Amino acid sequence: MKLTVWTYEGPPHVGAMRIATAMTDLHYVLHAPQGDTYADLLFTMIERRNHRPPVTYTTFQARDLGSDTAELFKDAATDAYERYKPAAMIVGASCTAELIQDDPGGLAARLGLPCPVLPLELPSYSKKENWGASETFYRLVRGLCSPHAPAPGDPKPERREGPPRANILGPTALGFRHRDDIKEITKLLGKLGVEVNVVAPLNASVRDVTRLGDADFNVVLYPEIADAAARWLEKAFGQPRTTVTPMGVGATRDFVREVAGFIGVDPEPALDDEDLRLPWWTRSVDSNYLTGKRVFVFGDATHAIAAARVAVEEMGFELVGLGAYNREFGRDVREAAAKYGVEPLIIDDYLEVEAAIEAARPELVLGTQMERHIAKRLGVACTVISAPVHVEDFPARYAPVMGYEGANVLFDTWVHPLVMGLEEHLLGMFREDWEFSDENGPSHLGGHAPAPRKPAPVPVEAAPAPEPVTNTVEPTAPGEPVWDDDAMKELKKIPFFVRGKARRNTETYAAEHGTDTITVETLYDAKAHFGR
Amino acid sequence: MTAELATTPAESDCTTDILRERGQREVFCGLTGIVWLHRKIQDAFFLIVGSRTCAHLMQSAAGVMIFAEPRFATAVIEERDLAGMADANEELDRVASQVLARRPDIKTLFLVGSCPSEVIKLDLSRAAERLNKTHTDVRILNYSGSGIETTFTEGEDFCLESLVPELPQAPAEERSLMVVGSLADVVEDQFIRLFDAMGLGPVHFLPARNSETLPPVGEGTRYLLAQPFLGKTAQALEGRGAKRIAAPFPLGAKGTESWLRAAADAFGVSDERFEAAVSAPRARAIKALERYREALEGKRIFFFPDSQLEIPLARMLHHECGMELLEVGSPYIHRSHLDCELPQLPASTQLSEGQHVDSQLDRCRDAKPDLTVCGLGLANPLEAEGLSTKWAIELVFTPIQGFEQAGDLAELFARPLRRRDVLRVK
Repeated sequence: MKLTVWTYEGPPHVGAMRIATAMTDLHYVLHAPQGDTYADLLFTMIERRNHRPPVTYTTFQARDLGSDTAELFKDAATDAYERYKPAAMIVGASCTAELIQDDPGGLAARLGLPCPVLPLELPSYSKKENWGASETFYRLVRGLCSPHAPAPGDPKPERREGPPRANILGPTALGFRHRDDIKEITKLLGKLGVEVNVVAPLNASVRDVTRLGDADFNVVLYPEIADAAARWLEKAFGQPRTTVTPMGVGATRDFVREVAGFIGVDPEPALDDEDLRLPWWTRSVDSNYLTGKRVFVFGDATHAIAAARVAVEEMGFELVGLGAYNREFGRDVREAAAKYGVEPLIIDDYLEVEAAIEAARPELVLGTQMERHIAKRLGVACTVISAPVHVEDFPARYAPVMGYEGANVLFDTWVHPLVMGLEEHLLGMFREDWEFSDENGPSHLGGHAPAPRKPAPVPVEAAPAPEPVTNTVEPTAPGEPVWDDDAMKELKKIPFFVRGKARRNTETYAAEHGTDTITVETLYDAKAHFGR
Repeated sequence: MTAELATTPAESDCTTDILRERGQREVFCGLTGIVWLHRKIQDAFFLIVGSRTCAHLMQSAAGVMIFAEPRFATAVIEERDLAGMADANEELDRVASQVLARRPDIKTLFLVGSCPSEVIKLDLSRAAERLNKTHTDVRILNYSGSGIETTFTEGEDFCLESLVPELPQAPAEERSLMVVGSLADVVEDQFIRLFDAMGLGPVHFLPARNSETLPPVGEGTRYLLAQPFLGKTAQALEGRGAKRIAAPFPLGAKGTESWLRAAADAFGVSDERFEAAVSAPRARAIKALERYREALEGKRIFFFPDSQLEIPLARMLHHECGMELLEVGSPYIHRSHLDCELPQLPASTQLSEGQHVDSQLDRCRDAKPDLTVCGLGLANPLEAEGLSTKWAIELVFTPIQGFEQAGDLAELFARPLRRRDVLRVK
């Protein structure tokens, strides 16, 4: 058993729901008890979908156990077909139904329903949501495309006339910005003269999925969802698959070159865009203050690795942490972390992620909704870059994170929570001004700042009040160098958003030089040693 | 001045033709009750013994409602627990100890059963017994919030039932009132002031806000249900000698007055004293309701089953706001606890119990109600079809009981209609 406060991923059947809900005419019959219908609200509320997810839950109760839960499943599957007339069905069990072993796949097969029925085996006690989505998509693609694939050893069928065609694979319901990413990538492919054959599973019909083999290559936009299916398509239809995630300017250009290589065209027309602003925005002098900002990145592996590259190469940040919650892509995260010289953090325990962020003392966290929560508690700026998502991750406006417009969006949304350059300087100069305090947060962000309170004049004869304990300067951990009072006071004169870095540098410096007590001198020695 | 609701049971036509359905249910399981219980009982921790699905449900249902570290968590059962590679009991003890070490401020730990823990027959009562021996300064209890046994608010019923054996024994001769069912703290405080003004006491509340002040129970205890979903808790209280005071539920001006009146009569409060205590807040409630009458009068309402509050809510909306009741669905209809509610519903009301969500959606579309009360999974799809909806869950997470909240309650139903009228965008 594992103690879990919050979870990054739902169970694997929720992954299957993300596939079914993304598509237009697929239905999912889920053997499940009452209560599992909660998952509907993820789609209808968080994503504001205007249709119920196409899922029928058998809703068995305690009194059904041991009697006729299998019968219940058969009735539910038959009724679901009658009512919804889907083009295909997927059937499976949620965690509880897995324990009672009714074999939904076998039961459904014996019903002889007049549409393809694909059984799903999604082990709830060892696998999670992304795996469930990937497995479902893979089963679906394989089940629906196999009849159209050339037999092993046979030559590839003659290519259909016309421009090069690509499938865009991986976007699902409840995905982080999938809705807009596919628009942006479709536009980008268009610049290379590539037509989109099928986008799947988002907005695809069952018939569309059967046509995947018609494309010349596959764009694996979200490897967590589409990698397994794309690898199968590569084998079955000889379609190459993209390996670069086009998030950020550099990665988008690499992606363009990869695609151009597949089809043998000049990448040039797609290497830039008249509306791409990140390169100039980040080079303009106003962005100078972004240099070396400490950033901690955590999310699904794909978004986290891509965000790390943008942070370092395109924003000029210093990466102080990189991690992902999905172990399936742990190797990629370890490679990226090695490249940037940070420790990889591959874990789905929220409490450990929180501890790691706290220890790294970042000035900006790029994470999921969970890290937003952590950052809020620590008083650190944060932008969400990855699922798990919440309602604000489905903005009304067009807001992709991939392609060139995606790069613009990344620049804006990552800079937004930070204190602006000049304000940062002024806060550093005038720490004593009670109306202008870094603890009020960046001045362009309303809402969270406590009203400034003029300190009461201290009577001359009164003894100095004890220093109030605040959570902005924590006591030193045992075994580490001790701060003397004057050094601690000096530390507090450093603005909140860089204080963590100053403290960490000073402690590291003290430890390296065998200093037990940190004085004001140590603080400035460390400053001279490390620079800002 | 309003006429009170009758507090004597009577026969009614609408109960002779209850539609009983089974099929897909679009409701939460009992675990969801933890979302309010863990805030209500300030020193309790709820440890769900379940699957990743349970943990995911809790954070999805709780989602935006959690602003501080929650006093709940899930011990997620893993493959090795099922395969017998790990002793599930030892694992549970380890995780429970981990929770208690992390939160030394916790005085009561509830081990909460789920669908998977029930199916694999993990004995949580024995686990609680075991843990009580090793953690002597914490009270460790267990109950089931599983979806195979409980629907949404029944989770609170099972939780409170598990608390009843822990209640201290009241002296047999001592007469006291116990108000049963979670209420918002502000509502509880208002009721305390009203009972004080009537000279009625002592009054205790179950659940109490902390584990040190559990209400005593005994032969002299009369209990008044504040919520309609507490069948098992009531039974357990009866087992300890307490007697129920029959009353409708404290929703709306009339409902609240009748509820208070039932307690006042049971404790021999004089009419004058009762009037003196309630006349001002009752007048405020009536005035507040008047503001919404125009918006709600004659509007047709359809309830999908959710919290078991549907019947008292329907009664209130019909009698105090003039709404027309189409179908009133409830997951379970506890006839004896609704003995003062059911007779108040007009004979034309279609009551339904249980759910077959597809059939019910068909009926709803046919009925074309002005307002549909339903769960979060159905609300946006119905809005997209052109129906105005009210999320049922808001009725559980908002203070709605009592005189001072009567207007707020009506507002919850009036707001979707007003919004539909003010928006000039398609």
